[in-house]
Amino acid sequence: MTLEPGLYHLLTISTGLFFIGVYGFLTRKNLVTMLMSIELILNSVNLNFIAFNKYLWPHRLDGVFFTLFVIAIAAAEAAVAIAIVINIYRNNRSINVEQTEEMKY
Amino acid sequence: MTLQQMILLIPGIPLFAFLMLGLFSKKIPCNYAATAGTILMGVTTVLSCFVAFGYFTAFGKIDGIYQPMIPFLYHWLPLTDLLEINMGILLDPISALMLFVVSFISLMVHIYSMAYMKDESRIAVYYAFLSLFTFAMLGLVMASNIFQLYIFWELVGLSSFLLIGFYYQKPAAVRAAKKAFIVTRFADLGMLIGILIISYEGKSLDFISLIDHFTNSPQQISGTFLGIASLQWALALIFIGGAGKSALFPLHIWLPDAMEGPTPVSALIHAATMVVAGVFLIARLFPVYAIAAPDLLQGIGYVGAFTALFAALIACTQTDIKRILAYSTMSQIGYMMLALGVAGYGAESGLGFTASLFHLFTHALFKALLFLCAGAIIHFVHSNEMRDMGGLKKLMPITHLCFLIGCLAIAGIPPFAGFFSKEEILLAACQHNRMIYFVSLFTAGLTAFYMFRLYFSIFWNKPFQQHHSHHGEGGPAMMLPLIVLGIGSVSAGFIPFGKWVSSDGRPLISHFHLSFSILPVLLSLAGIAIAAFYFFEKKKTVETTVNAMGGLFRVAKGKFYIDEIYQFVTKKIIFNFIAKPAAWIDKNLIDGLVNAMGNSTVSLSNQIKGIQSGKIQMYAGIFLIGVIGLAILAIYYWN
Repeated sequence: MTLEPGLYHLLTISTGLFFIGVYGFLTRKNLVTMLMSIELILNSVNLNFIAFNKYLWPHRLDGVFFTLFVIAIAAAEAAVAIAIVINIYRNNRSINVEQTEEMKY
Repeated sequence: MTLQQMILLIPGIPLFAFLMLGLFSKKIPCNYAATAGTILMGVTTVLSCFVAFGYFTAFGKIDGIYQPMIPFLYHWLPLTDLLEINMGILLDPISALMLFVVSFISLMVHIYSMAYMKDESRIAVYYAFLSLFTFAMLGLVMASNIFQLYIFWELVGLSSFLLIGFYYQKPAAVRAAKKAFIVTRFADLGMLIGILIISYEGKSLDFISLIDHFTNSPQQISGTFLGIASLQWALALIFIGGAGKSALFPLHIWLPDAMEGPTPVSALIHAATMVVAGVFLIARLFPVYAIAAPDLLQGIGYVGAFTALFAALIACTQTDIKRILAYSTMSQIGYMMLALGVAGYGAESGLGFTASLFHLFTHALFKALLFLCAGAIIHFVHSNEMRDMGGLKKLMPITHLCFLIGCLAIAGIPPFAGFFSKEEILLAACQHNRMIYFVSLFTAGLTAFYMFRLYFSIFWNKPFQQHHSHHGEGGPAMMLPLIVLGIGSVSAGFIPFGKWVSSDGRPLISHFHLSFSILPVLLSLAGIAIAAFYFFEKKKTVETTVNAMGGLFRVAKGKFYIDEIYQFVTKKIIFNFIAKPAAWIDKNLIDGLVNAMGNSTVSLSNQIKGIQSGKIQMYAGIFLIGVIGLAILAIYYWN
């Protein structure tokens, strides 16, 4: 049985990826792991773009370009975020998210 | 140069001087500031004299009657069709007269101050304030409507405040400045209400149309309040404004304290020009007072007469040279007011009007002279107290002569200026109101007494004790104004004043009765004789007299305790019964309401602040729940 992958398959994967990312973001205590979860969320979105582009408007390239943009920005965001994490580590000697509570009331 | 340009330059030059000296006061070297201010004032004086004499001799008269004319008018605020506020210049005999008096005395004071204030580091500021005052006063006397007059009225009050408080390091000067400002402000409030009523009744603010309206149809008054017509109220309230500025009883308390300012300022503002603004105001509206409110005018006469007597009594007991002069100023302003009070409109009955302005004119000359002499004496002795002086006759010959001329003039000894004007006042009073006449006659004697008491104790008596005469009488800049004003005080009485200034513009030929003037002159001579007697007698005689007077002397020395009464009324009555309840309401009700709002906000925020926990994952969770909730809403309720 050959299974031709369709739009729904791809959307199912991206949804799963998205919620795995959300779950990771909400439950992990390590800031770097939380950052990785965010990358998962972004990539699920990328997958959505590609899928919609391919199945709904195959003659256009908007989705592909958007994906490239998102990847570029995600790289920049990761750089900034890791810089923040390094600074937090210098201040707190830890990258546990529960110990970064300076923004409390 | 046309007349209009010239007239606009008259207040324009002092304004320019004020702006220049005031803005660049730190940059201009001291001696340049004084010289520049004086030269600009000199130009103004020349222009004023030119306009004033031109008005009196050339273009003012039409068919032998002096007409008011408006050489400049700018429509400023057209409020309604009927009522508009203009800025204009009104030229009539009294404004031409005041133009001359103000600019001339101001020039004298400018020259005098060059020497008197030369050691002062803030001399540029001083000259700026003098220029501001001159600008305001010239604007006041030429104002074409009563609202414009009010604007300049407040400006002279302001510059008076600034100059009284010129030595702002001295607490007494600061207190005096505040007192002067507050007392006159209260009076000006009355005046402002009066202006509002009179503009409502008269449908105009311009003097000429107001006077026309009220003198031709006095019956059309619309409202009454407490049984008195609103026009009477308006005129009475305007008079209160004038009384505050002119230091009439009971609003006189600021004037003696105002002597804390520099002495030339006292000469200019608190003797010759600003304090007679009240007289000028009544004179400006005189036809309205005389025709529409003769009873009120008589009341003004009584207030003036009472002030004259009251101030003269206090002056007899004071020991501070400037305060004596201040009380004598009050007394003389009282004379001017009583003269207005006994005057009627037109022809012979307008004698009081002419007399009042004549006295204003001569008084400006001799009182400025007396104050400037006092300044020279204080400069020499370094004290205001009479007991520190004495025997200055040889040391200050020019000042002595000028002071003697001033004293003779104010005492009303012929042929000095004060004699002629005082005779006219007494004559007008004698013809109209015997009671006022006797009061003013008695006051004339008192005036001679206290002025010569002052004169003898300054210049005669013991030889001057302190031997630190490191400087002489003062330079030529100080002596020149004294000499000029001295000549003026001797000769001003011979000016045919009635030909120029009268209540209706027609020349008034005053009949000079030699027999009438014997009594006042004798009284004045008697006053001088008594002063001399007390002075050259042993000290014991003075003490016995003082003891014989007993309570009266003490009360007069305490200035009739008017200041204490004001203190009592404000501190004990107003503060306790009005201010304290008001403060309680403010603290407890109004502040309480505001505080309650603040406190409830604080406690509410304390309760909900826990939401902001600083836990990123909790925020993200709440955000996620929110987004999911919105998504569900969007899916199910989109259509």
